[in-house]
Amino acid sequence: MIDFRKGLRALQKALQQGEVTPQDLVLHSLTTIEEQDSVIQAFLRTESHVAKQRAQVVTSTVTTREDNVLAGIPYALKDNMCYEGVETTCASKILAGYIPPHTATAAHRLDHAGGILIGKVNLDEFAMGSTTENSAYFSTHNPWHPDYVPGGSSGGSAAAVAAGMVPYALGSDTGGSIRQPASFCGVVGLKPTYGRVSRFGLVSYASSLDQIGPITNSVEDAAIVLSAIAGFDERDATCANVPVDDYVGALTGDVKGLRIGVAAELMGEGIDERVRNAVQKAIDLLQSLGATVVPIHLPHLSYAIATYYLIAPAEASSNLARFDGVRYGYRAPQADNLLSMYSKTRSAGFGDEVKRRILLGTYALSSGYYDAYYKRAQQMRTLIAQDFQQAYEHVDVIVAPTSPVLPFRLGEASDDPVTNYLIDICTIPVNLAGLPAISVPCDVVEGLPVGLQIIGNMFDEATILRVADTYEKHSPFAALREAKWGGAAQ
Amino acid sequence: MTYETVIGLEVHVELGTKSKIFCSCDTSFGAPPNSHVCPVCMGSPGVLPVLNEEALRLGMKAALALNCQVRTDSKFDRKNYFYPDSPKAYQISQYDEPIGEQGYVEIEVNGEKKRIGITRVHLEEDAGKLNHSPFGDGSFVDFNRVGIPLIEIVSEPDLRTPEEARLYLEQIKAIMQYCEVSECKMEEGSLRCDANISLRPYGQEAFGTKAEIKNMNSFRNVERGLEFEQQRQEKALTRGEVIVQETRRFDEATGSTISMRGKEDAHDYRYFPDPDLPRIIVSDAFLTACQEEIPELPAAKRERFMQAYGLPAYDAGVLTTSRFLAEFFDATAQQVSDPKAASNWLMGDVLAYMNASGESIEAIRVTPTQFADLIGLIEDGTISTKIAKTVLKTMLDSGKAPKQIIEEQGLVQISDVDALTAIAKAVIERNPAAVQDVLEGKEKAIGSLVGQMMKETKGKANPAVVNQLLKDLILS
Repeated sequence: MIDFRKGLRALQKALQQGEVTPQDLVLHSLTTIEEQDSVIQAFLRTESHVAKQRAQVVTSTVTTREDNVLAGIPYALKDNMCYEGVETTCASKILAGYIPPHTATAAHRLDHAGGILIGKVNLDEFAMGSTTENSAYFSTHNPWHPDYVPGGSSGGSAAAVAAGMVPYALGSDTGGSIRQPASFCGVVGLKPTYGRVSRFGLVSYASSLDQIGPITNSVEDAAIVLSAIAGFDERDATCANVPVDDYVGALTGDVKGLRIGVAAELMGEGIDERVRNAVQKAIDLLQSLGATVVPIHLPHLSYAIATYYLIAPAEASSNLARFDGVRYGYRAPQADNLLSMYSKTRSAGFGDEVKRRILLGTYALSSGYYDAYYKRAQQMRTLIAQDFQQAYEHVDVIVAPTSPVLPFRLGEASDDPVTNYLIDICTIPVNLAGLPAISVPCDVVEGLPVGLQIIGNMFDEATILRVADTYEKHSPFAALREAKWGGAAQ
Repeated sequence: MTYETVIGLEVHVELGTKSKIFCSCDTSFGAPPNSHVCPVCMGSPGVLPVLNEEALRLGMKAALALNCQVRTDSKFDRKNYFYPDSPKAYQISQYDEPIGEQGYVEIEVNGEKKRIGITRVHLEEDAGKLNHSPFGDGSFVDFNRVGIPLIEIVSEPDLRTPEEARLYLEQIKAIMQYCEVSECKMEEGSLRCDANISLRPYGQEAFGTKAEIKNMNSFRNVERGLEFEQQRQEKALTRGEVIVQETRRFDEATGSTISMRGKEDAHDYRYFPDPDLPRIIVSDAFLTACQEEIPELPAAKRERFMQAYGLPAYDAGVLTTSRFLAEFFDATAQQVSDPKAASNWLMGDVLAYMNASGESIEAIRVTPTQFADLIGLIEDGTISTKIAKTVLKTMLDSGKAPKQIIEEQGLVQISDVDALTAIAKAVIERNPAAVQDVLEGKEKAIGSLVGQMMKETKGKANPAVVNQLLKDLILS
């Protein structure tokens, strides 16, 4: 009996002992998708033919490369990452039918490790949103309760993993888009340090904030996947040439002596009391395991949302300008001239949230407004990053809620975009500072998961993985999850 | 004229890298449309630019050669605009932190040196090329050019005549070629020039309203376009009209400029730092290497040719227009006793030959040593000037050494009196009238006798020896 939720090590063991083959895993994945995805709607498309072929190709590597946990195991890609020959839409109408001639470096590295792409999963259009309701195709549902959103923008990735359709998936995180859906779906989501994983092949939303990372069933799985995708890539000039730590080796199961920072700004007003209580219990648990809790302050945090919603849309307005109907994707019919082709194509091709952010960003960069908006936002970004750097002089990691609120029902999000933007308050500052952070499930409240966020210093993924893994091993969540799914990762 | 002309040039120079500035596509000119493209330069979703260090190196060399203050810490910005020639809908350029600023070049106007300020030199990528169908049924984009590295060189408004503008442009071209930054072929678009021109009453400090002139695709047309525009503005001002700020296109067929768009149509390019590219940090070692690669520049070379070889300013100017020509001359001059003679032969017969064959001087098949040997053979009387012309042509045709040609064709000058005496006697015998004239003191008459001697010897007789011999025979 295959259960993807038992984690990558269990799958590797079963493969190596000949209990299952990569073909079995692919079939199990496709079958689970077939059974469940009519409700969950995580997948935009499956690549069953390609996956079955890959399964045959990688079969030999399963036994010959014992160190390689990912060999022969399927995965899903958020549909804003390119894969040669596989349609990549960013859940937008404007890229309908677009088939890239190149593969994202992260996906390429998974393939190199013997991974098998099962298909592409849903997202908020161009990764803009926190519910996956902004997809131009359909909304994804939360596997814990299909009336609830899975979070976003990597909602398809989180839902696919939570529902046991794939053992892991890649997401992208610009303002919380890996961590928040992981939190909503009760799985682990890791946003690496900016520059830790190559962005080549990730369709840019906000280049200075975007980062690819894994969504998995366990912290150990996140460490395994990160090990495979991290590291310098000559095709991304913003990818850091910093040595990659032994992330799996870092999982010592011990937090004794570690200093854990707790920021009042991330535990106070605006945080749902049920979330705060769950996170406080997690902090207490870490303390009982030998960690020291240190109160810290992040004084500029209240400016983070405003800062983000100037920088990200500004970059997006330029990054998304290439979708003009000239070379690929959707082109509006019946345009009289060049200008009308552009405006008709972009008016019909983009959804409302994308258009809102393009307009916002265009305005922020306009002559006469640049200094007042974009430039000041960059200055504030520096101050926010400095807040964190000062905190890390006293602490090893910072813990906070991943989301200030519990998952909410589909269609329940406010009509006021600014209210929706505020629910990213716990995750956005981390992207602005370029730091690594992980969301690990810490509780179930009213049948819905709550995530604990652990934020690390630059390129110190090893420490947040160590803390998250230790926490996970002692967390009450494992039992709650077992009650829900009847299985366990540990 | 009661108005003073003020001109500033914006020059785009394609850097001579093998591959494009942010991807590895080939940069060579003339390939079939859209054959030198890849997902990166085509701006496919998800691709990222990575700087070609060679483009930075050439850009830095150019900035240094133009006497700029260079930035060792600069950045790329995005210039946003929608147009089909721009696949990303933005051009990666440099906005407020160019790699070079406050430079200058010197030009020589009517024998006087004039310094032209350079405001800035910045790196950027080229756009694609739109080809509009002559049948009006569409426009076609060729992306081969997109992503070819460029530098933009912006001058101060220090130029005062269209001629100065041309001289400045020629100087820029020569410097870029000397530094091997670019081939600067205007006909292939690897050197392009836009001009800002305005007029103001003499003595007035404030600038007049300027027009920007585009599409001047040769040195000659830069001068023509500016001359036309100068006259157009002068006439308008004289009539009391107001000049409007606008962009005008030079029309080669009519030699005039035509309004393209006004100031109100100016774009807001929404420049901002490109978040896909890290800051451009240049190390001291990199900068030193760039500096060391800059050769002696044309102005310094011209000066040295005049000093060291005693060349007139004109010769020194012509010989230094191209680095190859200058180095060819330099190598020759060091091996001859009369550099001016070498200059004459080089500027005259050699350049005429290359022009006639439609080749650039770089294609010459003769080495400086072979060329110096030829000059030496003329000087020591082995061959006459006339024969030398034949030998030189054979050298240029075949690349053979002059001595080999002379031997093969038996062209050695006959200076031996004994060998010439018999022929001279025969000529004297056949031309009694001319001999009589000589005897009567008509010195010029000897010319026709010398001519016949040359004809008899197929030009090989040494004219000076023949002259003396004939005089001796007739007058003795």
